[in-house]
Amino acid sequence: MTAFLVILVIILFGISVWQMNRIFQLAKVKPSTHSEIASDKDNNMNGYLMMGFLAFMYILTIVTFWLWGDVLLPESGSEHGARIDNLMLISMIVIFFVGILTQWLLHYFAFVYRGNKTKRATFYADNDKLEFIWTIIPVIVLAGLIIYGLFTWTDIMNVDKDDDPLVVELYAQQFNWKARYGGNDNTLGEANVRLIEGINQLGVDPADPNGQDDKVVTELHLPVGRKVLFKMRSQDVLHSAFMPHFRAQMNCVPGMITQFAFTPTITTVEMRQNDKVVEKVARINKIRTDKNIALTAAGQETLDPYEFDYLLLCNKICGVSHYNMQMKIIVESEEDYKAWLAEQPTLAEQLSK
Amino acid sequence: MSAHAQVHAVEDHHDDHGHHHKETFVTKYIFSQDHKMISKQYLITGLFMGIIGILMSLLFRLQLAWPDHKFTIFEIFLGKWAPDGVMDPSIYLALVTIHGTIMVFFVLTAGLSGTFSNLLIPLQIGARDMASGFLNMVSYWLFFLSSIIMLFSLFVEAGPASAGWTIYPPLSALPQAIPGSGAGMTLWLTSIAIFIASSLLGSLNYIVTVINLRTKGMSMTRLPLTIWAFFVTAIIGVVSFPVLFSAALMLIMDRSFGTSFFLSDIYIAGEVLHHQGGSPVLFEHLFWFLGHPEVYIVILPAMGIVSEVMATNSRKPIFGYRAMVASILAIAFLSTIVWGHHMFISGMNPFLGSVFTFTTLLIAIPSAVKAFNWITTLWKGNLQMNTAMLFSIAFVSTFITGGLTGIILGDSALDINVHDTYFVVAHFHLVMGISALYGLLAGVYHWFPKMFQGRMMNKKLGYIHFWVTAIGAYGIFFPMHFVGMAGLPRRYYTNTNFPYFDDLADINVVMTIFAIITISVQVVFLYNFFHSIFYGKKGPKNPWNATTLEWTSEIKHIHGNWDGPIPHVYRWSYDYSKLNKDETDYVIPGQDFIPQNVPLQDNEDEMDH
Repeated sequence: MTAFLVILVIILFGISVWQMNRIFQLAKVKPSTHSEIASDKDNNMNGYLMMGFLAFMYILTIVTFWLWGDVLLPESGSEHGARIDNLMLISMIVIFFVGILTQWLLHYFAFVYRGNKTKRATFYADNDKLEFIWTIIPVIVLAGLIIYGLFTWTDIMNVDKDDDPLVVELYAQQFNWKARYGGNDNTLGEANVRLIEGINQLGVDPADPNGQDDKVVTELHLPVGRKVLFKMRSQDVLHSAFMPHFRAQMNCVPGMITQFAFTPTITTVEMRQNDKVVEKVARINKIRTDKNIALTAAGQETLDPYEFDYLLLCNKICGVSHYNMQMKIIVESEEDYKAWLAEQPTLAEQLSK
Repeated sequence: MSAHAQVHAVEDHHDDHGHHHKETFVTKYIFSQDHKMISKQYLITGLFMGIIGILMSLLFRLQLAWPDHKFTIFEIFLGKWAPDGVMDPSIYLALVTIHGTIMVFFVLTAGLSGTFSNLLIPLQIGARDMASGFLNMVSYWLFFLSSIIMLFSLFVEAGPASAGWTIYPPLSALPQAIPGSGAGMTLWLTSIAIFIASSLLGSLNYIVTVINLRTKGMSMTRLPLTIWAFFVTAIIGVVSFPVLFSAALMLIMDRSFGTSFFLSDIYIAGEVLHHQGGSPVLFEHLFWFLGHPEVYIVILPAMGIVSEVMATNSRKPIFGYRAMVASILAIAFLSTIVWGHHMFISGMNPFLGSVFTFTTLLIAIPSAVKAFNWITTLWKGNLQMNTAMLFSIAFVSTFITGGLTGIILGDSALDINVHDTYFVVAHFHLVMGISALYGLLAGVYHWFPKMFQGRMMNKKLGYIHFWVTAIGAYGIFFPMHFVGMAGLPRRYYTNTNFPYFDDLADINVVMTIFAIITISVQVVFLYNFFHSIFYGKKGPKNPWNATTLEWTSEIKHIHGNWDGPIPHVYRWSYDYSKLNKDETDYVIPGQDFIPQNVPLQDNEDEMDH
């Protein structure tokens, strides 16, 4: 009802403004015709504004980089990530070069050739040579990017079984993640949602011998330097396992198993000492301290100080709590990883309880 | 072909003189079969939907910038979905979903292509109306009906559809998964199914009209680029929209009749569903088989409008007419074989990803040719800075900026880490959202006198509207790239659950402030638009000194467009600033343009374009 009244008020207000304007219009003397077509004065003004706009774009670029250049992701925590970052850098250089050049041409021409009654435009309809040049240059540049990109892509996506990767299942459900390790045999037991029962929340087949030593956890630990092959499942809707610090992402699709593999190269502890990360954490903690002052004043709970951790996020809209579907990832030395894993109970142990 | 069209046209002409039937209010303004009135209906409906879609974006931009703040405005507009002014997470998802749906389909497809195809196809090819006025009317009213259903879905008890505008199942198929997938989703699917019917009827009509009703002398190579763009857009629509219809139909079956096209192995709300054997990836393929051509359905008409406006206001022919036509055709063809670049990480075979990377980066080539040709069109021109021209220049600017980031997203290896982040949101808003809106606005400013019987929009208000919008649009979407490259996923109701993203908060505030400014200045446009309909100053018959046929038609809207016989065409549509043989003056002394209906003069060379 309130909404209706508000809309009514807005409409009535609009009508009154309109009516008022009508009165002003009627009171005004009509000026000469054609006044709504750009005059030389308008051409001049807008021509200069075009140059101003070009300056605005360049300044915006510089200012945003200066202000926010440091919010970008730190160096990649995975082996293939370095190649992606390199390709990204090359693409960005190409993009900025082309962007700065074409925007300059566009706005500079708009300024220089701004209209004037005394000027005459040049009838210039075609130039095959020119058009050939700017067809062939993008072809060459793009061919280079495509070839580099496709080699990188193929290397990332084709998992070599000879690497003996650590097999980990990422299991997505509204709205949390679970991980399942293959155990001593590094082989995951068969699973299906139809087998979900009680504590067996991932539906692992109790009859499958491979599944007996599987370990289900809610925090992902990875040994540094060993290739990890993630097998992804979802029990309800589409999710996407997004690990931005490792330049890794793959959708989790109900009814099928998807996969993605990478080799972590930097442990959590090392990453916390990375210059960019140290700066970022300091900045975040400053923001949080400032907020806490206000929160304390309001008598509310304060925010904990932040410490860097690798993250697994959900990156495919999956429901109401999509914005808070996360899991912590810890990359550590082989020994620490083994020690941690040894503490986790096997599925057989859990089921027999 | 042309001769046939001519015979037909002459018959039409006789018809008109045969009986001057009286039009009632209903046949003239509501169930009109006149293409000019239908185009206005499309435009006004599109603008109305646009206002709603853009206001929704304002609401969720406020939420993103100040997630902890309570807003009375939320309570006013969202009611029970924002108790005490705190936005509910589910209505946030509903807002982004409906914002996307409305902007893509209702504003940029129907509002842009529907308006200008209807207005310009008959007028620029020299036809008295569309091939079928009746189908045209039905097309609009189906669009109107689908708009009503979409708006109606906002008031459903459990909330409107909220699975994202891409409505991927199972989220969109299971009411247990999200409240919006109940009645809200049913209405969404119904609305879109009707929308598709409307779009198909419209598109078929445009195709038939362009092929059959061109006036004498109007060969395909003499068509203005607007018509080429609308024609090819209609063809893409006919090819791809039915695929979305089939996807929607199968989704309806899955939802209501227990089939398993897209569903398999689902455990939700404590129970296993019976669905077995379907695949959500299949839906993604079907959806994007329309979804990707759809962005070209949105952008091609804008490209056509920009080409036309730019040539007219540069007082120069469009540079490389044949290349412009060829690139429209190339884009249209490639647009139907690149859909997989939305699905690199969907779980489909990585080899397929490689193929789609290849085709996707190919499409950058005709796009680059177009951008360079527009820039060259400005070179050595005599630019008349009318508001439409400003929007056209800005179109090229945002199209370049947004298009370049497409090189990153189209590269499967790079897509891995920016997929579904704000980088994508920034990319597509610049390259298709803002660019297509600029095309729409350029079209409105340019053809307003044709739509509203010689009245013109206010120039000064136009300039204010343009400059604030141009700055604001970059202010919103340029910083957004940083948010995406920082790793922030889209469609997050708030980022406060990730301390890691805390330092993005001030970027969000900056973007929202720019959004508020940009949205506010659209009020200036709306005022200018509606005010000018009634009180705009009447301009001359051909205010922009354009060559195309629409400006030879009567200022006053009459059925049949031309009071006398239909004009014949003797030249292409870009004879601006053409000099006579001695190069002493223009071909027509003192006039820097030669309308298409002026026969070849003795003092000019005929050029083969």
